Amino acid sequence: MKWFLQALIGMLLAGVASIATAQNEQFIPVLSYRIGPYAAGGSGYFGGAIDYWTLVNLNGGINGVKIVWEECETEYNASRGVECYERLKTRHGGASTVEPLSTGIAYGLFERVANDKIPMTTNGYGLAIAADGRVFPWVFPLGTTYWDQAAAMIAYLGQKAGGEANLKGKKIVFMYHDSAYGKEPIPVFDALSARDGFELTKIPLTPPATTQESQWLQVRQLKPDYVILWGYGVMNPVALKTAAKLGYPRDHILGVWWAASEEDVIPAGDAAKGYVAAAFSAHGTNFPVMQEIVKKVYGGGKGNLEDKARIGSIYHTRGITYAIMITEAIRQAQNHFGKGKVMSPEQVRWGLEHLDLSEARLKELGASGLFPPVKTSCSDHEGSGMVKFEQWDGKEFKSLTPFMAGDRALTKKMVEEGAAKYAGEKKITPRDCSKEG
Amino acid sequence: MQFFFEVLIGGLLSGVMYSLVALGFVLIYKASGVFNFAQGSLVFFAALTFVGLMERGLPFGFALLVTLLAMILLGLLIERFVLRPLVNQPQISLFMATIGLSFLIEGLAQLLWGANVRGLDIGIQDEPLAWIAEPTGINVSKFDLAAAGIAAVLVTMLALFFSRTRIGRALRAVADDHQAALAVGIPLQQIWAIVWAVAGFVALVAGLLWGARNGVQFALTFVALKALPVLILGGFDSIPGAIVGGLIIGATEKLAEVYLGPFVGGGIEGWFPYVLALVFLLVRPEGLFGEKIIRRI
Amino acid sequence: MLYREAGQFKSTYAADSAILPIRQDRIGLALILIVAFVVVPLTASPYLFSALLIPCLILALAALGLNLLTGYAGQLSLGTAAFMAVGAFMSYNFILRIPGIPLLLAFAGGGVTAAAVGILFGLPSLRIRGFYLAVATLAAQFFILWCLTKVGWFTNYNPSGVITAQPMVILGYAFDTPQEKYLLVLSIVTVMALAAKNMVRGNIGRQWMAIRDMDVAAEVIGIRPMRAKLLAFAVSSFYCGVAGALFAYAYLGTVEPEAYNLDLSFRILFMIIIGGVGTVLGAFLGSAFIVLLPIALNIGVAFLDNTLHLNVPTSVGSNLELMVFGGLIIFFLIVEPHGLARIWQITKEKLRLWPFPY
Repeated sequence: MKWFLQALIGMLLAGVASIATAQNEQFIPVLSYRIGPYAAGGSGYFGGAIDYWTLVNLNGGINGVKIVWEECETEYNASRGVECYERLKTRHGGASTVEPLSTGIAYGLFERVANDKIPMTTNGYGLAIAADGRVFPWVFPLGTTYWDQAAAMIAYLGQKAGGEANLKGKKIVFMYHDSAYGKEPIPVFDALSARDGFELTKIPLTPPATTQESQWLQVRQLKPDYVILWGYGVMNPVALKTAAKLGYPRDHILGVWWAASEEDVIPAGDAAKGYVAAAFSAHGTNFPVMQEIVKKVYGGGKGNLEDKARIGSIYHTRGITYAIMITEAIRQAQNHFGKGKVMSPEQVRWGLEHLDLSEARLKELGASGLFPPVKTSCSDHEGSGMVKFEQWDGKEFKSLTPFMAGDRALTKKMVEEGAAKYAGEKKITPRDCSKEG
Repeated sequence: MQFFFEVLIGGLLSGVMYSLVALGFVLIYKASGVFNFAQGSLVFFAALTFVGLMERGLPFGFALLVTLLAMILLGLLIERFVLRPLVNQPQISLFMATIGLSFLIEGLAQLLWGANVRGLDIGIQDEPLAWIAEPTGINVSKFDLAAAGIAAVLVTMLALFFSRTRIGRALRAVADDHQAALAVGIPLQQIWAIVWAVAGFVALVAGLLWGARNGVQFALTFVALKALPVLILGGFDSIPGAIVGGLIIGATEKLAEVYLGPFVGGGIEGWFPYVLALVFLLVRPEGLFGEKIIRRI
Repeated sequence: MLYREAGQFKSTYAADSAILPIRQDRIGLALILIVAFVVVPLTASPYLFSALLIPCLILALAALGLNLLTGYAGQLSLGTAAFMAVGAFMSYNFILRIPGIPLLLAFAGGGVTAAAVGILFGLPSLRIRGFYLAVATLAAQFFILWCLTKVGWFTNYNPSGVITAQPMVILGYAFDTPQEKYLLVLSIVTVMALAAKNMVRGNIGRQWMAIRDMDVAAEVIGIRPMRAKLLAFAVSSFYCGVAGALFAYAYLGTVEPEAYNLDLSFRILFMIIIGGVGTVLGAFLGSAFIVLLPIALNIGVAFLDNTLHLNVPTSVGSNLELMVFGGLIIFFLIVEPHGLARIWQITKEKLRLWPFPY
């Protein structure tokens, strides 16, 4: 009944807060999922975002403008996500941006956000071709897209082999969640397989994939050099355990970042030791901004996570990373359109398109090393493209590489081609970036 | 050939795991004619309660006992508040009530113990047995064999319970004909309460084994979907059917995925057991061992 | 009651066999239609349209389809969402590959394909019954979704597998605002509901009900079970197919297999059980209940949080929503197993006798 105490404290604080004016508020709807199979990730991610915004408000808001948010349970379901979005988009003066953290919901919102002129971020997932902002002005796959992650994975494997040319003749198995999410990186893997000469075998995993003997026995027969695991949910620990059961070395398994959190490896126990996974942000409480959150937010009883042991976990820091990016985008918009004023969604979109989170600025925020610098532009809604790789040692993920990128020239070309094809099909005229400010 | 045996044995052993869940369904259907869709959530609830108690510091045996008591209590409450009011309703209403019940139990479980993903260690490692692996090259996991052993013990216990004890005979009488059982003086409500308690116990065993295998998380509720083809194949009201059905489904599912899958792009494991069970039903409409429904005008 | 329903005599066979023989019922339905077609588009907010009314109507159509199959013909089916998916994907392909095809024809084409698939997966019903049939229809659910994901032709070889639905255009008029979409959906649903009501009143409906009640006896008196059952599957899948196409075009905007998962099948089954199995009205009432309840619960929890400042942690709130949803389903089944339609019927009968006791 911990929450009862929180409720009492909350009532006291809320009583004080409700006196404050409602006008100077930047509203961000939070389309969260805290029940269902992905609840662990959702509660960590959105908890982290809310924790950071609580910190920003405690420190005076963005030039005095407080961030206000409202949560709505989507259960990771597309129609509920759409309903939540429609319900919340007009509240508190209007939504400034939205992040559904779900491919299905994001696809359902693509056209709606363009019609409603509200920028949507798809942080670390979503349609890779949306990185081309000329065709997708309202969608921002901030950070790194799946295509860049795929390219970085091959670059890392090339590094391990002593150079990408040494990948020729090697066998790589791509084990993927049989859905849009899992199939997204296939074009990049195919392109790199053709270029570098490695043999790529694709094995689908039908969700929820609670038993994977057949797939891993196939792997045993193929004897690949590496297995790239692109799963989500319970199939991740099952994959690791089955690999252990059948004797495939886990340090040759490379996981996507949605298969790379504590929730994915702890159920697998000892079987997960040595497993390597990708990440678009670091984790832990060693960063000044994390220490601030622990001290000011959790110290003041306003923390969002119920289990304090999860502070600094991977999903928690990812949520904080996203929240930092959004806050800086709003700040950037304010620098251009007027400090201390509430930003409209179009202005927030401008801010997201001109985001310049340099290493120096990250240091100021106390997040140096938490995630790589992000610089977006009209034609590049991604901003970073970097990935780092970590290895699970039984207790935590230890960093193996710094933030690195794969062949971004190749992925950029593929993004532009894909976006042009999309624009042709939908009869969209791409924006001309040189003409805009 | 060795590869074929590996796939076959892997399939048989995962089939045993499916049977464990199917057993719970069979018990309740046999005694009260209710298709209890909430069995998956009961498995989840049992595993989560056990892990939650262990996290609070209770020792293994004690946590097991408390969880068992909790499952029995839950079974009694379900019988009293959900089933008794719906006693003469058509089967479909009872089925829908159990689906509603599954939401209720899932919400309750996560409310009490949180949505964190936890590992479960019951002391048996999921590693290949060296003395089989070395000579033949076939990897058979210790854990899977232990699960098969536990399932065998469970089935034997249940079989003895049904055939040797007085309560077991009463259960079989109730399964056969409710009216006749009442006429002979068998207390129907008590029998149903006992059946739900036993089903809760079976759910606990299944929950521990599946939780140790896959981690205790919400996805445990999906194992119920894997148990449904087992039930069709074996018959809804037959315990040997649940075991045989499980073995057949497990083996064919894995063999199909390995040998047929690559021709059609893979991923056929999701629907193959259902289609297989469907084909089977066309030949035997009540499943392999299910009781033949004789309808009279 | 305030008015008298007695004293209305019919003098022609045609008048006697009308759907709504009582004048008050006709006035009531006319009022409802006026509100639905005229008042609502003028007064409702876009949120109400796009998040509540449109999904309510579309799912009511799917529930109507399932009600024809399960409520009238007695064949339990859990594959509703798969037939909806077939309708959606085939409509997309018809519009994509046959340039200039009228929109309604494309939807009908999607429905007809879904009907064909429904007949195929309905063949087992000739041999299997009850829960065995329900679980067998799950085979349809999983197989069809696998097919739609795997076979690239359905998604036009799109690499990500998610396709945006084309804009809806009839005779050059584009339906893109929520009001217009709502009116289009409402018109289609009204016409199809009328067709369903007439079907169940006629020979077909009586054959289905005979099969449902005692199929051996029905066969004995000369009803051909194969024709009746397969026709039930076909008609039901047609309705589900059209509903699926509308779901993709008028609501979600994308055509993806994951939106038509097992969860949706169960929701539609809930709708007919709670609304009333074996009634046309039940589909609409059940759909309204199931669509509005989670939203009402969500708003309720948000109300507790904002207005009463109870500061319920959101995970507690979400789990409570789930529990209350499950609990209400059980409660409804205990209190009124024949559903909301029966409650409405009893209310009408009570009102007829009011102020005298029922």
